[in-house]
Amino acid sequence: MATKILTEHVAVPGIETFDVYRKQGGYTAVEKALKTLSPEAVVEEVKKAGVRGRGGAGFPMGMKWSFLAKPEGVPRYLVCNADESEPGTFKDHYLMKNLPHLLIEGMIVSSFALGANKSFIYVRGELMYVIHILEKAIAEAKAAGFLGKNILGSGYDLELVVQPGGGAYICGEETALLESLEGKRGNPRNKPPFPAVKGLYQSPTVVNNVESIATTPWIINNGGDAYAAIGIGRSTGTKLISASGHIRKPGVYEIDLGVSVEDFIYADEWCGGIRPGHKLKAVVAGGSSVPILPADKILTTAAGEKRLMTYESLSDGGFQTGTMLGSGGFIVFDETACIVRNTWNFARFYHHESCGQCSPCREGTGWMEKVLHRIEYGHGHQQDLDLLVDVAKKIEGNTICPLGDAAAWPVASAIRHFRDEFQWHIDRPHEATQPGAVYKGDMAASADRLV
Amino acid sequence: MEDIKPQLFKVTVDGIEVEVEPGTTILQAARKIGPDVAPPAMCYYQPLKGSGGKCRACLVRVAAGSAKDPRPMPKLVASCITPVQDGMVVENESSPQVLEARKGVVEFLLINHPLDCPVCDQAGECDLQNFAFDHGAAQTRYEEDRRTFEKQDLGPYVQLHMTRCILCYRCVYTADQITNKRVHGVLGRGDAAEIGTYIEQAIDNDFSGNVIDVCPVGALTDKTYRFKNRVWFTKPVDAHRDCPTCSGKVTLWYRGEEVIRVTARKNEWNEVTEFICNTCRFETKKTSDWTIDGPTQVARGSVITANKYRADLEKPSFGQRLAAAQYKPIDDKRDTSQLSIQQLPPERFAKAE
Amino acid sequence: MTTETNNTIQFTPERLAKANEIIARYPEGKQKSALLPLLHLLQEQEGWTPAEGMDYVAELLNIEPIEVYEVATFYTMYHVKPVGKHVIEYCRTGPCCLMGGEEVFAHLKQRLGIEAGQTTVDGQFTIKEVECLAACGMGPVFQVREKYHMHLTNERVDEIIDELSK
Ligand SMILES: Cc1cc2nc3c(=O)[nH]c(=O)nc-3n(C[C@H](O)[C@H](O)[C@H](O)COP(=O)(O)O)c2cc1C
Ligand code: SF4
Ligand code: SF4
Ligand code: FES
Ligand code: FES
Repeated sequence: MATKILTEHVAVPGIETFDVYRKQGGYTAVEKALKTLSPEAVVEEVKKAGVRGRGGAGFPMGMKWSFLAKPEGVPRYLVCNADESEPGTFKDHYLMKNLPHLLIEGMIVSSFALGANKSFIYVRGELMYVIHILEKAIAEAKAAGFLGKNILGSGYDLELVVQPGGGAYICGEETALLESLEGKRGNPRNKPPFPAVKGLYQSPTVVNNVESIATTPWIINNGGDAYAAIGIGRSTGTKLISASGHIRKPGVYEIDLGVSVEDFIYADEWCGGIRPGHKLKAVVAGGSSVPILPADKILTTAAGEKRLMTYESLSDGGFQTGTMLGSGGFIVFDETACIVRNTWNFARFYHHESCGQCSPCREGTGWMEKVLHRIEYGHGHQQDLDLLVDVAKKIEGNTICPLGDAAAWPVASAIRHFRDEFQWHIDRPHEATQPGAVYKGDMAASADRLV
Repeated sequence: MEDIKPQLFKVTVDGIEVEVEPGTTILQAARKIGPDVAPPAMCYYQPLKGSGGKCRACLVRVAAGSAKDPRPMPKLVASCITPVQDGMVVENESSPQVLEARKGVVEFLLINHPLDCPVCDQAGECDLQNFAFDHGAAQTRYEEDRRTFEKQDLGPYVQLHMTRCILCYRCVYTADQITNKRVHGVLGRGDAAEIGTYIEQAIDNDFSGNVIDVCPVGALTDKTYRFKNRVWFTKPVDAHRDCPTCSGKVTLWYRGEEVIRVTARKNEWNEVTEFICNTCRFETKKTSDWTIDGPTQVARGSVITANKYRADLEKPSFGQRLAAAQYKPIDDKRDTSQLSIQQLPPERFAKAE
Repeated sequence: MTTETNNTIQFTPERLAKANEIIARYPEGKQKSALLPLLHLLQEQEGWTPAEGMDYVAELLNIEPIEVYEVATFYTMYHVKPVGKHVIEYCRTGPCCLMGGEEVFAHLKQRLGIEAGQTTVDGQFTIKEVECLAACGMGPVFQVREKYHMHLTNERVDEIIDELSK
């Protein structure tokens, strides 16, 4: 049965206020950590929990924390990545809006563990109303003595600053985020040095996702081992999945890692199945950047096993037959969706969001978008598909930051798995450009399951 | 006092070993060996702090990370910003993967670049022309619209033709680091990014003219020289004068008896050795203003060296170039005691293709 | 921090106090960090970010104006050109399109008689296309100033436009 680590109290009326949150057991992790634990002990618990970064890359959080450089006399920073802009992902928005104090409690515990006295929450600027919610919650926590100087008499000081972004997906990339926080253009930095050594203001810095940080109060209250007991193998704990697209119940769900993909799509507890009268065609399982998979491949692995919602199972088969858990943006397509149009749409997104620093991404994303646009609007050529695959290959791995890869993968995977559909657009442009026209050809790959 | 020498790192680039100080980048280590193994650089510019990493022209494959950890690096790395490790083995043009990636970079840089070198002032001394000649494919696969801009004057001396810009950021770093006030920068983002001043404004500063020298392409050009001549009809001469503002060490470009252009002096990597002031560059064009030091050593990349870009000449294979590198003095200033050429397996000499 | 300036655009006293409060929250010497929040403040006051306003912000932060222009043109939320009274920022990204976002968008454009990037002749509305607003499960979505309007339908769009036109 699903454990609710983050969202247990989400339905409690007034949970966004300090008093109600506190009554539900809020801020006990701060008390426990500051009064009874050393920073090292907190890091140790998070390591034991095995929680992996929830922003997309899945890097173990405890390990990241232990890499933080600690030179004498230099401040250290914790920066919470609340830039959430990956298409299909809206869990951090949900979490911050409904449970602002959970994030703040997590920020206090995490900052304490890292020895940071000033920590930042970088929220995408479009979510200005959420910024106001967070600022109000911070004021409440401060008034109650959980922030500011000498918190709970422990001698530990902490100030939280909420920083708005200005509208740029790339600022989700951690070094671009730091540049932006310094008041600059969101150009990702060359690495090394990594933020753990030279981050914000050239000081050692940890950047973590909202959801990652929000797990820490539960881990401190219940122990890292209890957290690690949830989930399967190296995919420990729970994960917020943002479910969207052609399902009966779009929304944010907290699942135990290890639920099967099929259950997640069809069970009433979660997505509740495909819209009535339609059937599953494809899924993008981890936000727009991860490879799209057709129905048969998302439900079962190449070895014929049920695919599970874990880091390992989703990536089983590599890019040939697998994908990634990414940020948990679960986008479902039924048979009415045109994969070519969607691929063009995503390509346009990356073209629009490239910072433009490095040439393969700056020029390649625009090139891919233009070719896909041509194909979608009936002007494709025979050689275009190979050209797209080649351009994607020349971007991938050759850029400063992973946005280049993120732009290449959706295009390459869509052509890999839906080549016939692209070919149809090229061969029969007149048919393909009719309003509402969708490839009806070989649908053998689609799951034969009407709900 | 004893001289403490730092422990030197041994690095191998395309089979040639060199010893360098810790902290040296792969690109600098390769340059130390010589031009034939040095990766091309379109954005990195040694005199400018923070430059590099952007164009991806200098990508190389690291076949072994270090003596301690000899695993290859998973991705190609930008050699201009990646520091060497002891025992690192680097493949530049000996790696087909690198050549393929560079072909991609040339193609990317050219899709939004006009293909009209014959009317461009930079032709003949353009890094992009050289890079495309050495690494590019013969034909373009790009059939979409190209991005174009109007030419724009940045004050009385400098003209910007954004259409040719490859967004290397060198001119931005120059304005930041060499002049006392930056008024131009990168506006917009992605492939809509452009160099500009936002509100019309002249770049007016004693050292602003240096942006012309650092620009690898014909995007920033000298208005006092534009279209006066082609670089291959000119004769460069090193000269100096007593200048209250800068070192006064320059290169004069002659057509016949007339000085038609003044630039800073450049090293063999096409990098300015000393930045010069606008008075020397734009206002001091009489031979009598200068003391002549002698003819300029022409960089290999220059069109002035014979037979550049001759289509009838076959491009030498890597093996041939390596052989040439072994027998010709390739870099007179280098310390040959630190060079040792390893025995290479014969297949390394095969034509890369 | 300067309070005296020759700029034609200046913050109101309340906003100036707010600006100073924002500037004070960063470590000593790192006041440039306040640039993005200050540009939001400028836009809140002026409706967009005119050059004079950006010069004023540069002065407050003691940085060069070009540093402000570079930033303002990088981020999509800042309107560097004048806009209508209400800017409708419409999400055009994949997940919203699956929920019928394209049809609703067509209706919105038809209703206002303008294309994306344009402003109605009465200066009331500007439509701006934006990418994913992190509300994909509640799509189609658009945003007007700070407010998110979700689960849009043609009828809902009409209601919102009527409401805003009052
Ligand atoms: C282009 C790009 C966009 C990203 N966007 C986000 C984001 O919106 N939110 C986020 O938490 N991480 C994002 N990331 C991942 C961050 O770089 C970083 O890995 C993460 O914030 C680390 O936190 P975590 O370890 O807790 O996941 C993005 C990465 C890239 C390359
Ligand atoms: S990969 Fe794209 S987004 Fe990342 S640094 Fe390069 S141009 Fe910018
Ligand atoms: S104008 Fe020249 S120097 Fe400046 S960014 Fe463009 S190419 Fe580089
Ligand atoms: S020279 Fe190294 S990336 Fe441009
Ligand atoms: S796609 Fe519209 S909000 Fe995400």
